[in-house]
Amino acid sequence: MTDLHSATRRDFLRRSLAGAVALAASREPRAQQASLISRSRVVVAHDPLLRGTGSTVDAGRIQVLLDRAMLALFSHDRSIDTPLAAWRRLVRPGDRIGLKVNTLGGRGIASNLELIEAICEGLQQVGIKAGDIVVWDRDSQEMERAGFRLSLGGSRVQCYGTDRVGYEDDLTAYGSVGSRLSRILTRSTDLFINVPVLKDHDGAGVTIALKNMYGVIHNPNKYHPNGCDPYVADLNMLPEIRSRMRLTICDATTAMYEGGPAFKPEHSWQCNSLLVSQDPVALDATGWRMIERKRAEMDLKTLEAEQRSPRYIMTAADREHRLGNCDPSRIEVVEINAAV
Amino acid sequence: MLCEFVQRQGGLTRANRPERTQLDRRSFVMCALASGVALGELGTPAVASPSSLSSQSGPQAQSDAQFVVEAKFYDKLQNKKIKCKLCPRECNVGDKERGYCGVRENRGGVYYTLVHSRVCAAHIDPIEKKPLFHYLPGTVAFSIATAGCNVNCKFCQNWDISQSRPEQIPADYAPPQRIAALARQNNCPTIAYTYSEPVVFSEFLMDTADAGHEAGVRSIVVSNGYIQQDALKQAYGKMDAVKIDLKSFTESYYEKVVTGQLKPVLDTLVTLRKMGKWTEIVYLVVPTLNDSDTELRGLAQWVKANLGADVPLHFTQFHPEYLLKNLPITPVPTLERAKAIADAEGLHYVYIGNVPGHPAQNTYCPQCRKMLVERLGFTASSLLIRKDGTCPFCRHQIPGIWHV
Repeated sequence: MTDLHSATRRDFLRRSLAGAVALAASREPRAQQASLISRSRVVVAHDPLLRGTGSTVDAGRIQVLLDRAMLALFSHDRSIDTPLAAWRRLVRPGDRIGLKVNTLGGRGIASNLELIEAICEGLQQVGIKAGDIVVWDRDSQEMERAGFRLSLGGSRVQCYGTDRVGYEDDLTAYGSVGSRLSRILTRSTDLFINVPVLKDHDGAGVTIALKNMYGVIHNPNKYHPNGCDPYVADLNMLPEIRSRMRLTICDATTAMYEGGPAFKPEHSWQCNSLLVSQDPVALDATGWRMIERKRAEMDLKTLEAEQRSPRYIMTAADREHRLGNCDPSRIEVVEINAAV
Repeated sequence: MLCEFVQRQGGLTRANRPERTQLDRRSFVMCALASGVALGELGTPAVASPSSLSSQSGPQAQSDAQFVVEAKFYDKLQNKKIKCKLCPRECNVGDKERGYCGVRENRGGVYYTLVHSRVCAAHIDPIEKKPLFHYLPGTVAFSIATAGCNVNCKFCQNWDISQSRPEQIPADYAPPQRIAALARQNNCPTIAYTYSEPVVFSEFLMDTADAGHEAGVRSIVVSNGYIQQDALKQAYGKMDAVKIDLKSFTESYYEKVVTGQLKPVLDTLVTLRKMGKWTEIVYLVVPTLNDSDTELRGLAQWVKANLGADVPLHFTQFHPEYLLKNLPITPVPTLERAKAIADAEGLHYVYIGNVPGHPAQNTYCPQCRKMLVERLGFTASSLLIRKDGTCPFCRHQIPGIWHV
């Protein structure tokens, strides 16, 4: 068992494989990445009571929210009628799964522990061993400050930063990007789930799924000029990233509409939502619109007016990259309200 | 490593390719001890390597703290943001973010350098390796670097340190006074700030230059010259000689291959001349990218018009590296063509670099054409220039700093 929380949080529940849900040797084909031609689905799952009567996310409610989001993501497929079936569409026993979280902003705007635990729960229920799951970001100290308890080695869910194992010696390059990749990505995962947060970024405009990959390379500081464009798109073209990213679950339980990437409580709001998609471009486009709506509500200018529109999202969708859809007419947004 | 250099000081040579020989931590410490420096005086080395971070977070934070000093050259903005004023990028850096260079960080609205005294490379090199051909030939320089760089040249030979963040590579705690003492103890008349990009560690450079001068040791810098004027005057104003890498003579090359700008570098060269700093220029000739006659002629004309005919200009041979592995090594005839163009424009001291044994590595009197300094590789094997800096044959003044 791995307790991802620091000592003040509740323990992570372990599901024993023996006597648990029978595991069929899944022969389901792996989920395909979003095609530029077909429409992309983005599930926006919202629970206004996600925090119950307190300020912290309720573990039970986020588990339910995630389950409903996963079902909605595959609702077009009649063979997927349970959340576990959705997970089985994505992973197989024996896979080593990475969860790339975002902890740069600190505890106020980091990937939520309860969400991570819910994801790990789903993975283990479909036969992924705890020890084959690694929760990671670039720096162990940042993860600890965000509330994660580090765990390296053993049979528990792993949880540590790239600083513990370093980056590959050789460069991987595409377009404007040439970087050394985290050895967690390259040596400890077969595929990964991207778990970004939803926030404004003072240079790039917004930082959500695509830009969360800056935490996978050794030199992100080199790729901030020009609003991170085309660097974000080029980075996501790297084979190790593009081929291994299986799903994005954006933690929008707390979101920021201004002042990012550091946490600015005065510019944050309790969005109480998850965004789930297999198309990171479509997810980013959707998240961007959510931030713009909040900015308008707060009487702030659009990101375009502030000359920091996230152009990299359009670049990621262009003919050269084809990483996904950013055109709203090609994005199907499925909204779920857990209160209903 | 360091001891070996000391023993071979009289005849140091290098392989053809100017690779940096890694001075590991153990050698650094051991040679400091051999030089009579007690370990306590050296300071407790703090190696910041990925493997060392496996211990508790407390010691890691403690070891990093000794390298963190408030930066110079920045303005505070609203909402805890800062604008860096060190180089022309003028990065606007939000809280918890770093500048493009990766070694300066905004913490709560205060900007810090993360690499003061954080030396990741230290060697004793012949001065000709910088290359500086008109500055104390035949001597050696105690050469140091930290991580980081404010550009991203696709051909960088030291990308493993220049394009890394400081916590990603091993480093030693080597404060300015210690650097000065080690240079002096190892008979190095000069400290050289080099390998990565000294602009980004200007605070450390300035403090070490001051410590060096107090100890009777000079300072030189090997730099891309991509620095703002105020920082240039303050930081490089402490240098005794400067070598600037002028990557090309077109803005498009600077934008696409260097991720920088040409004009600020040209401004730096002009300012260095006005400051009276001894300056030499290196132009790395990259086949098909910056080797056209037009560009080379434009370069030579600009140098003569703005800096004078006596500024040494080195055309050096490119070797495939980093993100430019698809191009060939610069053919020697290309280098010779570049030299011929520059000679024809009236420049007096045009050299060919990274081609050991080429006659264009020697220094000739522009008046009587006699050879005054013979070089083989990085070794100055003969120096005929008189103590007053004149040619022994025709008494023509040969510009440079020739004698200690």
